[in-house]
Amino acid sequence: MFFIDPHIHMVSRTTADYEMLALSGVVAVSEPAFWAGFDRSPAGFVDYFRQLTEFEPRRAAQFGIQHYSWICLNPKEAQDLGKAREVLAEIPKFLSCPSVLGIGEIGLNKNTPNEAKVFQQHVQIAIDAASQGPSGAKHALILIHTPHLEDKLKGTRMILEMLRDFGSAIDPARVLIDHVEEHTIELVKDAGYWAGMTIYPISKATPARAVDMIEMYGPQRLCVNAAADWGISDPLNTHRTMLEAQRRGHRLPELLQVFHNNPAEFFGQNSKFAVKPIKVQPLS
Amino acid sequence: MQKSETSPGDLTATEVLDTYFLEARARLIELAATLDRIDRAAGSQAVQSDARLKFIQDSLRILQRPQPGRAKAVQELYSLK
Ligand SMILES: [Zn+2]
Repeated sequence: MFFIDPHIHMVSRTTADYEMLALSGVVAVSEPAFWAGFDRSPAGFVDYFRQLTEFEPRRAAQFGIQHYSWICLNPKEAQDLGKAREVLAEIPKFLSCPSVLGIGEIGLNKNTPNEAKVFQQHVQIAIDAASQGPSGAKHALILIHTPHLEDKLKGTRMILEMLRDFGSAIDPARVLIDHVEEHTIELVKDAGYWAGMTIYPISKATPARAVDMIEMYGPQRLCVNAAADWGISDPLNTHRTMLEAQRRGHRLPELLQVFHNNPAEFFGQNSKFAVKPIKVQPLS
Repeated sequence: MQKSETSPGDLTATEVLDTYFLEARARLIELAATLDRIDRAAGSQAVQSDARLKFIQDSLRILQRPQPGRAKAVQELYSLK
């Protein structure tokens, strides 16, 4: 079985984790920019963006894994508008790096007005980036984090509303809204966006519930990730979800769709992403 | 046997029950023990009116509904409006 891990924070994982991912069939990872556990200075962000775009692709390549990343100021650090302005000014030049897929993971954390303002500024950067690119796409790809626990439903609604306010400048097929759960998946999919489900202890979905959602809402435009980071998390939760689907009798083509081909299709809208969807068939 | 579009893979309802019963049982016992632990602790009377305990009781009522959509309803219960 081949996997693309669509959301993993490798800067906080060991090199042994890269080896484990390679051993377990992961051919590519996508790493959104996120919070380091403490608030950084603008200069710290530039160093972090260099780590994402220069160091991690090399570390992954040792194990035959392609490493891609997303650039942004994460919502947890979006409260300070002055700092946000400085960090956002650095983003456009990183967007043209050979392994950067787009803007992310932007979004909301506590659903504050400042977070909302910085979210909208990021979306505008994504739109502006497209006008310089050759592809004819409306905007750079966007990866969105939705808040946790009791803030999730309200935050997801706010995000959908803000995206709607951009009107035809936003193409839902070029936006993935992550960390959906039972109460938000329909809102996201019905509006035409891609959805991501995160298998993470306590605060997000479990393998069984994620497979329930694949069954209830269909595998189209749906990705599964473990969002493994510096917290108590496990990169193999993506694989556990695949096993859970397999034990219920889901067949290889559907498993490949969810765990490899869907991410390949979404990320592949940026021509930098080199892994193509695959199919497996008997030789005779 | 009717297999709906959203069926859990190839599993029949009996197979789903066989597969998940022990896990569900363990989680319910864990929850019961958590409620007992709160009661055994100092100040247990004072927390009886805590909104979080009410959420748990309201969730248990959702579990008793005869129709699907329970997980979504519990999620909505714990969401800020
Ligand atoms: Zn993340």
